[in-house]
Amino acid sequence: MAARKSTAKPNVSAEDLLSYYRDMLLIRRFEEKAGQLYGMGLIGGFCHLYIGQEAVVVGLEAAAKEGDKRITSYRDHGHMLACGMDPKGVMAELTGREGGYSKGKGGSMHMFSKEKHFYGGHGIVGAQVPLGAGLAFSDKYKGNDNVTFTYFGDGAANQGQVYETYNMAMLWDLPVVFVIENNKYAMGTSVQRATKSPSLWERGAAYGIAGEEVDGMDVLAVKAAGEKAVAHCRAGKGPYILEVMTYRYRGHSMSDPAKYRTRDEVQKMRTERDAIEHVRDLLVTGKHATEDDLKTIDKDIKAIVNEAAEFSKESPEPALEELWTDIYA
Amino acid sequence: MATEILMPALSPTMEEGTLAKWLVKEGDTVTSGDIIAEIETDKATMEFEAVDDGVIGKLLVAAGTEGVKVNAPIAVLVSEGEDVPADAPKSETAPAPAALNGEEGKIAAPASAAPAPEMPKADTTPDWPEGTAMKTQTVREALRDAMAEEMRTSDEVFVMGEEVAEYQGAYKITQGLLDEFGARRVIDTPITEHGFAGIGVGAAFGGLRPIVEFMTFNFAMQAIDHIINSAAKTLYMSGGQMGCPIVFRGPNGAAARVGAQHSQCYAAWYAQIPGLKVVMPYSAADAKGLLKTAIRDPNPVIFLENEILYGRSFDVPDLEDFTIPFGKAKIWREGSDVTIVSFGIGMTYALEAAERLAKDGISAEVLDLRTIRPMDTDAILASVRKTNRLVTVEEGFPQGSVGNYITSVVMQQAFDYLDAPVINLCGKDVPMPYAANLEKLALVTTDEVVEAVHKVTYR
Repeated sequence: MAARKSTAKPNVSAEDLLSYYRDMLLIRRFEEKAGQLYGMGLIGGFCHLYIGQEAVVVGLEAAAKEGDKRITSYRDHGHMLACGMDPKGVMAELTGREGGYSKGKGGSMHMFSKEKHFYGGHGIVGAQVPLGAGLAFSDKYKGNDNVTFTYFGDGAANQGQVYETYNMAMLWDLPVVFVIENNKYAMGTSVQRATKSPSLWERGAAYGIAGEEVDGMDVLAVKAAGEKAVAHCRAGKGPYILEVMTYRYRGHSMSDPAKYRTRDEVQKMRTERDAIEHVRDLLVTGKHATEDDLKTIDKDIKAIVNEAAEFSKESPEPALEELWTDIYA
Repeated sequence: MATEILMPALSPTMEEGTLAKWLVKEGDTVTSGDIIAEIETDKATMEFEAVDDGVIGKLLVAAGTEGVKVNAPIAVLVSEGEDVPADAPKSETAPAPAALNGEEGKIAAPASAAPAPEMPKADTTPDWPEGTAMKTQTVREALRDAMAEEMRTSDEVFVMGEEVAEYQGAYKITQGLLDEFGARRVIDTPITEHGFAGIGVGAAFGGLRPIVEFMTFNFAMQAIDHIINSAAKTLYMSGGQMGCPIVFRGPNGAAARVGAQHSQCYAAWYAQIPGLKVVMPYSAADAKGLLKTAIRDPNPVIFLENEILYGRSFDVPDLEDFTIPFGKAKIWREGSDVTIVSFGIGMTYALEAAERLAKDGISAEVLDLRTIRPMDTDAILASVRKTNRLVTVEEGFPQGSVGNYITSVVMQQAFDYLDAPVINLCGKDVPMPYAANLEKLALVTTDEVVEAVHKVTYR
């Protein structure tokens, strides 16, 4: 069994650090804009924002190579942006327009990109876990060295199918990294109110799966743990579990007043542990970037997000005939 | 530049709310993420955050105002040093929210609105060329051969399920496959239907063509979320990007004396789902030809077999490769007085009844649907227009049965041709009992088919 907590940090270049900063900031600004468009009634239904958790996907994408796959739950906007999907297509899917990744027929929770190896976007809690193992199965069957990142939350970690999947993933040595994004709350139920297990990653031990806990507010720690997990999978040693400790600043969905935690708790995480501020500090104190450089990045990101928002408003609603297409291949 | 802050929608159904409290006042500087107000919806009080940086130029709606419509301007945000523009909205009555959910897009024309259709014609082209040599095979052998032939053709095809490999199949359908194709392609799973159904669907997303065997479809209820939510709906939800070529197969319906939890027919359940194809063969030739089609199909296919039929022998064309298309019913027996529509083991009773009715001078036309979805309604309609009478036969429960659906189609498209009410024969509306006499009573029988035909023919 691996060390309980990964402490190793990779040496990263200023260039890498800047790119993580950009990627995390893009997710945050995108999500803030999505929240705004929801408030304006342009986005409907359920909309789960990723604000606060940005370092998780950005850190793990930094450990991925071309060909690796990823699959996640309904809190999926961050994963799509991090793997390089077009913010315009994502936002237009949120507004239910023709220009969206699913032509407006999937919505916030159901988006896919074969090109970027992003396999959804799944609305049933925990369902993506066996699906992710199945993707890994397909790569092992074909004999390549691709790995599948299968993301799920602390809430999904109590679903039975997760453990059915652990069992088979280990039995068949599937190259899958199970990423538990532990943001402390399954909707309104804190982890402590849902289980007496001291930690979620350790449950893998029952199946012989190695894993570790990772500081999810530190993108470099996430990247280091991701590299270790990926190396384990590519070496044919089977699955690996990363329990990434993170925090969502917003409610579970847009209609969550978040009365199950105090404002102080949220504020404390925002001011003391914010993942973007952390990288910003590293950049400035390490003299990798000036305040002006960072302002320029902020401006660029704002422009990308505004462009996505404009596109998502201007793209037409899907043609009525679309009701009847894509039911069968 | 001044921007209006609008009353936000804070839930999928919110149309208006109460502006409970302002947490900022005019002249305050705010940055993105600051909480500026509390808003009460019908469910809860929510905090409302600023999205842009700026100075609160004007509050347009007083704290405590009820019934503030979504999208009504509630404040004006200006840049540092900028004045509030003179044309800023003054009242709290707002324009109606942008009409984004246009009604026009919602409803598709129901089938009944269609103009009088042309006379439907059954596709009666033969399934294989005239004069093809035939051999005798059991349904069991035919199913195995179908899988083996497709596995020889494509490395993407593999079989997984409980006891499919070393045990050679709980019902011996996969006999010999492990020897020929090896453990990479014939995979024993632990007893974990939900999990391996999900892994199968994931493998199909990843470009393989899995055949997932359920020891019985009764156990697939543990896996039904993946069959429906993951396999059937993803193509649509992905706007056509992510197909799921997978076959879920195994015995379905009652065997003998196995009680309520092992005896259910799922034809009607799965037939309800857009995105699935549902097959239920009766003969060995159909089992083989349809399973080969299922494995080649780019969509998820539910392939419902029957334990009692596994050992029955039929003529199967002795051809290197033949398939039966989906959506094409088979006329087993032509007739003029009544149409009997069935599928799977129901065909046993339908054919026996037709034989007996012939002795009474009643000529029954017997149709085997073979695929429940897509359904060959043209063949049904063409036959009913000829015989003017219809009896459907299946083993599933009566409420929401396949026969109910067939009846609705016939009512809408051939009402004027009916000379008697349609009778749907189904299993009885009870959980399957264990006792031999009660089980017999619970299942549909040949006697009931004969009786129903007498009723609809008034003879």
